Amino acid sequence: MNTIEQSRLEAKNTERESEPHGIHSAIAVRGLEKHYGDVLAVHDVDLEVRPGEIFAFLGPNGAGKTTVVEVLAGFRDRSAGEVRVLGVDPQHADATWRDRVGIVLQESQPEPGLTVRECLQLYAGYYERPREIEKTIALVGLEEKADTLGEHLSGGQQRRLDVALALIGDPELIFLDEPTTGFDPSARRSAWAVIDGLRALGKTIFLTTHYMDEAERLADRIAVIAGGEIVAEGTPRTLGNRNRMHTAIRFTLPPDVGLSELPQSLRPLAEENGRGEVTLQSEAPLLHVRMLADWALARGLDLPDLDVHRPTLEDVYLTLTDHRKER
Amino acid sequence: MILLVRWLYRRYRRAREANAVPTSVVPQSSSPASASAASRGLLALVLHQTRFDLRAFMRNKQGRYFTLILPLVLLVLFVGLFGNNRIGPDHVKASTYYVPGLSALAVIAATFTNLVISLTAQREGGVLKRRRAAPVPAWVLIAGRSLTAMIVSLATLTVLLAVGRFAYGVDLPASSIPAVALTAIVGSASFCALAYALSTQIHAADAAQPMVQAIVLPLYLVSGIFIPNVNLPGWLRHLAELFPVQHLADGLHHAYIPGQGGVVWSDLAVLALWAAAGLAIALWRFTWTPATTTV
Repeated sequence: MNTIEQSRLEAKNTERESEPHGIHSAIAVRGLEKHYGDVLAVHDVDLEVRPGEIFAFLGPNGAGKTTVVEVLAGFRDRSAGEVRVLGVDPQHADATWRDRVGIVLQESQPEPGLTVRECLQLYAGYYERPREIEKTIALVGLEEKADTLGEHLSGGQQRRLDVALALIGDPELIFLDEPTTGFDPSARRSAWAVIDGLRALGKTIFLTTHYMDEAERLADRIAVIAGGEIVAEGTPRTLGNRNRMHTAIRFTLPPDVGLSELPQSLRPLAEENGRGEVTLQSEAPLLHVRMLADWALARGLDLPDLDVHRPTLEDVYLTLTDHRKER
Repeated sequence: MILLVRWLYRRYRRAREANAVPTSVVPQSSSPASASAASRGLLALVLHQTRFDLRAFMRNKQGRYFTLILPLVLLVLFVGLFGNNRIGPDHVKASTYYVPGLSALAVIAATFTNLVISLTAQREGGVLKRRRAAPVPAWVLIAGRSLTAMIVSLATLTVLLAVGRFAYGVDLPASSIPAVALTAIVGSASFCALAYALSTQIHAADAAQPMVQAIVLPLYLVSGIFIPNVNLPGWLRHLAELFPVQHLADGLHHAYIPGQGGVVWSDLAVLALWAAAGLAIALWRFTWTPATTTV
């Protein structure tokens, strides 16, 4: 058991003793379980999302992301556990609660036969105090498409219309279920700009995604779900002990230079793959790069393919989710 | 005739589009001064929903053809086929027979066929689910969509009556108008309820059209809509009497029989019974989420 899991368990135990729970959180989940028949889709999930933060919920397809989102959004009943969203149990949510929550579902087609502006007019009518329609269209960057029928928009534009529909009621909390799946890179950039805009409005956002760069770019905090369980939780920098993971320093030694000729303190860190390519697993990359550089310069060596690789969020994620599959 | 209707419709659309330009420059509901429909009460919300559902319906080419145009096409064809022969159990002129019969078809096309198809497509496409995520009561959505279907149904019926009157000289006695209106309204409501019920049994958007046609076409055939059912064997006539199509057609036919008219309460009772059954199934089985779900 790694340190993250340990600290999670400790946190869970202390939290369980302190009542009442989730009063100051936008979302508070404890021991959530969901079965479909005999299949356990989600097991013992704990989550806490604070007001005003962007929380990314990561996991491979089929890991249980959508199940959790739909339980939180009041579309599915849970099998066990406690859930509070804006202080309310979503299973018994009323119109007042729906007035405060916006939801962008994973697969939803536009309203048939209505233009972008008409869709927003329709939805604005559902809320007590809707946002201004033209401003909301501008927020998602659909000004030029305002009079276009929803079904004539591109996939990316339809998702942006979805986001606009979720925003029109001026909600405090917004669920975004895989908002950029299937987007081309430029469409993803503009979707990110929209989400940044929501952050600026002070909204709390619960975002599911399977793109690491998206989570890293947008999220204040991240939880990773795999096989229906939370396997790690943290900020993009600290998730899965990323900040404490070794940095790989890679280079190729010239044929006439042996591993034993490296400075003494680097030798125990070095591994050679048989083709002259050396990797140093470093906890102090800055210091070790400098030592390596000094050593190479003193000998007139160039090390042209020198590469310093800090663990990316993707490395962490793959480690976390692979480890899960093997169990 | 059809060309005339299409021409009138196009003119209407052009006029509306011409009017639409200035209103879209000054967005109405986005100005903070105007209160949202939800804040003006539930009736305002139902009318708000109806307004947009109606607009969406009018933009759907397929829906427009099958509900507004097809009954007229069939009227022209059937009257053309049978000329001014006297047909049916009451020996009326072919035109007098087909105007009310195809009015029943028009009512069913607008409230049942169209509704089942659009409901299933909207449910499977996640449109209904997204609407349910908003703070709008479920019954408002259902009332708005049903009201739309009923408006379309009554409008088509009126067009058919007018065409019958002016093109074929089929007279509807003024005393029969309340009976026709009542029968059409009860029939529309009943077929709306049945549409909500049937949509619960169809689990894919592309299955809706064949499924609904497989139900209505045989019923049209045995219920005296396409051919007078006096020619049918007795058992088939009795079978047809179990279903609502026969009773809607019968109620409307009756109003046109010279010297009779009036409401056929037994027909209305059967329609109401089917409405109750449809409503019960809809309340029990109706879902807002697609039949296929992701984990």
